[in-house]
Amino acid sequence: METKTRIDFISLLLYLFIACIGIASVYSATSEQGAFTLLEGRSGRQLMWYGVSVFLAIVIFLLNSEFFEVFSWYFYIGLMLLLVAVLFVGAEIAGSRSWLKIGSFSLQPAEFAKYGTAFAIAAFLSHIDVSLSKRKDLLTAGAIIGIPAVLIILQGDAGSALVFSSFILVLYREGLTPLVLVLGLTAILIFVLTMVIGTGILAGIVLAILGVFLSFTYTNKKIILPSIIAAVACIAFSFSVQYIFSEVLQEHQQKRIQVTLNLLEDPQGAGYNVNQAKIAIGSGGFNGKGFLKGSHTKGDFIPEQTTDFIFCTIGEEGGWLWSAGTILLFTLLILRLYWLAHRAKKKYKRVFIFSVASIIFFHLTVNIGMTIGLMPVIGIPLPLISYGGSSILAFSLLIFTALRFDASRDEDLQSVFS
Amino acid sequence: MLSRRSYYIYAAVLIVAMIYVYRLFQLQVLDDKYAVLADKISLRKQTIYPQRGLIFDRNKKLLVYNEPVRDLMVSVPFQIEGIDTSLLCELIGIDTTEFRERLERAEKNAYQRKAVFLKNVSNKIYARIHERLFEFKGFFFEIRQDRNYKYVSSAHVLGFLGEVSRSDLESQESDYYEQGDFVGKKGVEQFYEEFLRGEKGEKYIYIDKLGTSKGSYQDGRLDIEPVDGNDLILTIDIALQEYGEQLLQNKMGSMVAIQPKTGEILALISSPFYNPRNFNIQNRSEFYGKAAVNPTKPLFNRAVSAPYPPGSTFKPLMALVALQDGAINPGTHFPCPGFYRLGGRIIRCHGHPSPTSLERSIASSCNTFYCHTFRTMMQLDKYEDTEAAYRSWYNYLQSFGLGRALGIDVNGESKGWLKDAEFYDRMHGKGSWIYANIISLSFGQGELGFTPMQMANIAATIANRGYFYTPHVIKSISGVDTIPSKYTEKHQTLVEEKYFNAVIEGMKLVTISGTAAHVAIEGIQIAGKTGTVQNPHGKNHSAYMAFAPADDPEIAIAVVVEESGYGATWAAPMAHLMIEKYMFPDSTTKKQYLEERLMNADLIPEKYKNGN
Repeated sequence: METKTRIDFISLLLYLFIACIGIASVYSATSEQGAFTLLEGRSGRQLMWYGVSVFLAIVIFLLNSEFFEVFSWYFYIGLMLLLVAVLFVGAEIAGSRSWLKIGSFSLQPAEFAKYGTAFAIAAFLSHIDVSLSKRKDLLTAGAIIGIPAVLIILQGDAGSALVFSSFILVLYREGLTPLVLVLGLTAILIFVLTMVIGTGILAGIVLAILGVFLSFTYTNKKIILPSIIAAVACIAFSFSVQYIFSEVLQEHQQKRIQVTLNLLEDPQGAGYNVNQAKIAIGSGGFNGKGFLKGSHTKGDFIPEQTTDFIFCTIGEEGGWLWSAGTILLFTLLILRLYWLAHRAKKKYKRVFIFSVASIIFFHLTVNIGMTIGLMPVIGIPLPLISYGGSSILAFSLLIFTALRFDASRDEDLQSVFS
Repeated sequence: MLSRRSYYIYAAVLIVAMIYVYRLFQLQVLDDKYAVLADKISLRKQTIYPQRGLIFDRNKKLLVYNEPVRDLMVSVPFQIEGIDTSLLCELIGIDTTEFRERLERAEKNAYQRKAVFLKNVSNKIYARIHERLFEFKGFFFEIRQDRNYKYVSSAHVLGFLGEVSRSDLESQESDYYEQGDFVGKKGVEQFYEEFLRGEKGEKYIYIDKLGTSKGSYQDGRLDIEPVDGNDLILTIDIALQEYGEQLLQNKMGSMVAIQPKTGEILALISSPFYNPRNFNIQNRSEFYGKAAVNPTKPLFNRAVSAPYPPGSTFKPLMALVALQDGAINPGTHFPCPGFYRLGGRIIRCHGHPSPTSLERSIASSCNTFYCHTFRTMMQLDKYEDTEAAYRSWYNYLQSFGLGRALGIDVNGESKGWLKDAEFYDRMHGKGSWIYANIISLSFGQGELGFTPMQMANIAATIANRGYFYTPHVIKSISGVDTIPSKYTEKHQTLVEEKYFNAVIEGMKLVTISGTAAHVAIEGIQIAGKTGTVQNPHGKNHSAYMAFAPADDPEIAIAVVVEESGYGATWAAPMAHLMIEKYMFPDSTTKKQYLEERLMNADLIPEKYKNGN
């Protein structure tokens, strides 16, 4: 039977559109009153990375999708070895040892580690014997995700390590008990509440809820003990938050969290980036100041404005229209990828595509969240827009591999496991 | 079942997207504080200072012009990284401690995201640093206009500029001035500030975080071109002024010369004076302190601020008042035995023929004549009592601009001393004082004090036979048709024109056969009056007032030389040389010996020279 290889044009168009926004933003953030052309400086290099991405996309589409499936583990192991290597031979930039110098280029293996991990988790979960309801398999899955995260933390790049928590969504989709998500979200909630209102008031609120809850359900004896344990656990965790905060987190991380929660005003110090980012974005208004006309962007007031804080340029020069538009494009891309995952006929492909969508979702949420003051500053790039070869290549590889898998879905048998 | 979980995840994606889009709407559309903040941070208003108006003398000779001064400014907040501070310190000649201090101060005083780092950078330092300025991101120069002077002269008239004070800033009606602006502080610079200053221009530029310019804001649509100030032409004759300054050098005293027909001040000198070049913005800090503690008070404008008892120079005015009031007439004679007896008190006069006519009383400066005249006036039947007579006398004097500020355009004007009747009521008790208590007023002593400006104005009023224009130094303002109207209003005195002739005849005699005859100027008929002012603190003040030519006066003058002796010795010859210089500006005086003696004399009492 002849099979058709069809790329998903909706995703491709969204990819191209976002890529154009990215190049334009990097150009605007670096151009000095026309001193640079588009092809010079960072925007030129960004274009070059997109050129490489197109080349890689062609290679990916020339390869059979079984090739990836067969080599999944090799990708993963290879990249883990790179992560280890970078700890010893990596170049240290801005406090983290996460760069490999190859000639005049520096690559960041951490960006590619997501790619390898997506393969590994897809290969593992699609194995016929594996079930996430089994403790052993759950632990294995946790290790697959945890190893790169730990290695990246050792490099001193906690932000990039956090990205791996996006795989929890994948595990959830593939059968992980929702309890993990509930516990995780509850922990974050307790953490935030402890920081804002303190353990005392929090404990009072928890006990009050417990009292109300028990007064309605006291007849059901089975519920009494677990709910009391849950309440005590909450309060105990709240007590430990202070310790975790001051002992586990580094000082700059503590401050970033305090700034986000409005517990600390430090517009010249820890809050500088976010404050300047908010000013740049906020001053864009509805229409924006116009392409290349952002005074804050031009004034170089925002650190990392071509990389982690690139969204400021879009917000300032494009206003609400373009910044909301960019979020819309990303949302469409993410939902489209989830949809592609959904329609994949092989579990391997589904898990992989699902991982790609989840990673982009996580990056989007954290990156834009920090520029608008809803998230603490965590230095991860905005996919396809932030300047940086590793990031562009890694996301291109992720997306084009996902599209490659989707394109050959007709070759696959309907998976019996779903 | 598991695929339902996909929908939860779709929902999560949509919820995050909606929260973020709404948050952006909040930041960008609903809240406009960020736009304001952004402009505050990345926009700088540069002030472009206009050329301050130039100042010329009455013959269009340039007196005051502009000289740019450069302030090294620093952008605030300042980003120190990437700046070779030790090199910068070396270039501007400060050490790193001072660098840090100046930076801290600048950050405290920042206004519009900038502050002065180093004021009045010298040309040498400017040349050194200017071409390397790009290395010091955040530093830039701002140019303002300081003053410089063609002549080392007229400092008291011209005044000086200074930085606008905090209280000026707070009390200004418009918000024209900003911290650090220069504003006229004294003299015509202050009086005509509004005309001289012009209008500042504004230029809005974008700056980056280092304070470097990133181009104009809105293509310069909000920029305002500066408008240069109006030039002033003064009534001062700089040649006459300089001549007078030479005459008064090494003396304490002053001269005021007025054109009687217009009230224009031809020369206004207070000595000791200071070099105006030392008092411009760049130099003042170096010289001001020393001048301020100098016991001869060079900063004090004696010509308008120091009241002296007029002494005998008051006699012509006393005679005019008495004539108008009917106490005497042009034919009145009084006997003078060389003194005037007042009960047990003797008021001395000096040897001259007796009885004395009105004219001779002026020419020979007879005290006795004026004691009689004053007594007669105080006891005239038309007055109920001495107080009523005194009030009348007081009113006459007031009509000559005495006892009040004339309203001249030179700052520091004193009202002089002219006491009202209530003063004597308080001193002696109401109704219990008579002419005898105040008789020394008749010859210009006692509770009477005129500034040299007021004395010159009396001379001008007598020259005009009864009227005067408020003296002023403004002749015209470029681009403006008129000068302030108060300088073109005629002030009529209470003495009628017909009474002036007799007095003027007496004043003519002063330079023909009277106290100043020995220094008469050939070819000019001068009407004058000498005065020797008793000074309880030292030697007498030498005083003189005059106008010339007597029958068609072109110049009226008053001269006071402190603690120097007789009016005839110093003040009179100086006044005469001034008149000669004004009438014949191009020829040198025939009285070279006199000129030399006057110029070379050092009359500053030793007691003031200590510590200098």
